[in-house]
Order: sequence, then structure tokens, then C-alpha cells
Amino acid sequence: MLSIFTDLADWVAYSLLGLVPGSKLGDSVQFFIEDTSKIFFLLVVMIYVIALIRASLNIEQVRDYLAKNNKFFGYLMGSTFGAITPFCSCSSIPVFLGFTSAGIPVGITMSFLLTSPLINEVAVLLLLSLVGWEITVIYVVIGMAIGIAGGIFLDLIRAERLLQPFALKAYETAEHTGVEGSGKAQLSFKARHDFASAELLDILGRVWKWVFIGVGLGALLHGFVPDAWFADNLGSGQWWSVPMAVLAGIPLYSNATGVIPVMESLIVKGLPLGTTLAFCMSTVAASFPEFVLLKQVMTWKLLAIIFMLLLVSFSLVGWAINFIYL
Amino acid sequence: MKNIEVLGSGCSKCVKTAELVQAVADDCRVSVQVTKETNPQALLTYHVMSTPAVVVDGQLMHSGSIPDKTQIEKWLQ
Repeated sequence: MLSIFTDLADWVAYSLLGLVPGSKLGDSVQFFIEDTSKIFFLLVVMIYVIALIRASLNIEQVRDYLAKNNKFFGYLMGSTFGAITPFCSCSSIPVFLGFTSAGIPVGITMSFLLTSPLINEVAVLLLLSLVGWEITVIYVVIGMAIGIAGGIFLDLIRAERLLQPFALKAYETAEHTGVEGSGKAQLSFKARHDFASAELLDILGRVWKWVFIGVGLGALLHGFVPDAWFADNLGSGQWWSVPMAVLAGIPLYSNATGVIPVMESLIVKGLPLGTTLAFCMSTVAASFPEFVLLKQVMTWKLLAIIFMLLLVSFSLVGWAINFIYL
Repeated sequence: MKNIEVLGSGCSKCVKTAELVQAVADDCRVSVQVTKETNPQALLTYHVMSTPAVVVDGQLMHSGSIPDKTQIEKWLQ
């Protein structure tokens, strides 16, 4: 079904623009048109459909649910909710404070916040259509595992001690009986449609430029980097290439939408899967703007711990996957 | 005069919300004092989990999105 976008891209690049098939420019343009048209089509359809289903879930319900359930299960659920709710960096502070003041342990809250940027419906959709279901499954499992393990670790070191004083106070004075939610409202189809349309506009408004940037970079890599370059230079998964990839990902700030088209090109050009995943996850999850925001509720020490935690986990994951796949 | 606070971390939606509230108030000739509250403690005070949120004279009226014009007009009455 999706081959229609290949045909469209072939037609625009080679017939309409008269580029030569197999040339660097021709290949880049063809790749760019195919991926952007395909991605936007899928985004519009999927964001709308998923928002229809998600319309009755709100963040207050997630909080009430997490506050009621036992701790071990909590990390898994925190991470799962992080994956299914859309992420916007401007919502991380209100969510953090809302969870904390409901008495939810910092670790469970961080399971939510660490997983949220890594996994969402847009990321999963792009992965499925660009790199196939196997890598999608690996990506999702790793993303959730890092969220869960990170959360457990933070509770083990009693990370709440390292919150800003007002946030710690809110946690300690929380009523652990849990806040009573507003209850599930039955939504009419029209209410769902209105919610889904608003979500569609909101999410597209935030991600469209990342699609162009991501696919643009992917297209350049695709057309201009020789096919065997990564395979020749980094193809055997040299151990140092993984932490290098993680470090290279930090100053690059992108969301999952922008990085996945790049991921596709890197894999096609022979960069080992583990190294590619380490680079992409680091780009998405370990970003300075996000950390500056979290400074409002955490001390530098805790931020540094979380930062190191992410870097170490991405490296471990990269090594493990290269070890298995090479 | 109504005292209106817009709670949020300074994201573009919060800025738009504050501008919209001011614009509607000007249209209706209601005198208002609109302030953007970026201090995270305010979120705790009003139990707000999604921003932008609007507080009118100390009472939380709205959270999670840019409010529409008719909503704002109601608050100003």
C-alpha cells in the first residue's frame, strides 16, 4: 500500500524534475519526497485515530492510578503511561509536581518522564514504516527497560532527598491515600472527534519541522555518504564507537520524529544497530533544554545523576545489541 | 479590576493565552491585570497538571489548553 509514495517520489524526482536515477542528487531528492509524503500521510491518519481512542484518558487519571498501585508494578505502569501519552517538554514540570504531590515516588515519576520522549505513537509509527517491526520491537522494549530500570535505581538511592526543597515538602506532606479522580466521563463521538482534531493540529504543529529536518538529514546521508562508508569505518562495532555515538547525540537535540529518518539512513549505510540506537536515544532523551527545565524541581546533583544514568544505559544497550547482532 | 494569572513554564501556548485574555478584556472594556506566573510552586498551589492554566481572582478556571474566546468572556463578566 505504501509503495504509492515510492511511485510518487520516482515520478516527481525523475520525470517532473528530470533528475537522473542513481545520481547523488536524484537519490537524495527521491528519498526526501518519498519519506516526507509517507510520514505526513501516516502521521495525520494515526495521530487522529489514536487520539480518538485516548480522548477519555487524562493525566489526572494516570496520577490517581499510579498513586493507588503498589510500587513494583508502579515502575512498569509509569513507563507504560509515559509511552502512551504524548510528550511535550513544557508539560514535564507540571506532571512531575502533580505526581510528586500525590505521593508517587520519584522513581515511578521518572519512569514516566524518561520513557515519554523516547516512545510515543509517532515514534512507533515511523519506526514501523521506515525500519521494520523487528527494530521497532527492540526500540520499544529498550526504551521501556531504561525507563523502568532508571526509576528503580533512583528510588534505591532515595533520589527524593535531592529534590528542590519545595518539591520535597510537597512529596512528604502528600496524602498517600491518593487523590480521588473526577471519574471516567462517557464521551460522545463528537467530543472525541473534537479532541482528536485538536490533538492532530497540536502534534503536527510541533513535529512538522522535525520531519523536514530529520528526513532532510537522512536524505543527505542517503545520497551523499558512500554506501560502504559506515560499514568500512565503524561496521565491526568497535567498542569505543558506542560511547562516542552517545556523546555525539547529547548536543544534538531532536525529538523522536526528527531522529528516526536519520536512523533509517544510518542503518542502511551499515552503521551497526546498537551504535545507531545508542546515538538516536541519546539525541532524543538526553537533551540540555529538558534538563534546564527539570532544574526547577531538582538539584544539580540529581540532574547529574540522571544524566550519567542515561549515558551509561545507552552505552550498555548499544554494546549489548552490537554483541548480539554482529 | 480582575486579577488574572496565566500559569505555565513560558511555552508559546502560555504566551498566546495571556495575549488572548488581554485582547478579549480590551474588546469587552473590562480592566484586568494579566500576569504570567512561571514559578513552579504556583502549579502546586492550584493543583495544576497541564499548562497553560488560567486563574481568575485566585480561582482556577481552566487548564491544559489555550482557552477559547467565549470561555474568556464568561470569566470576565
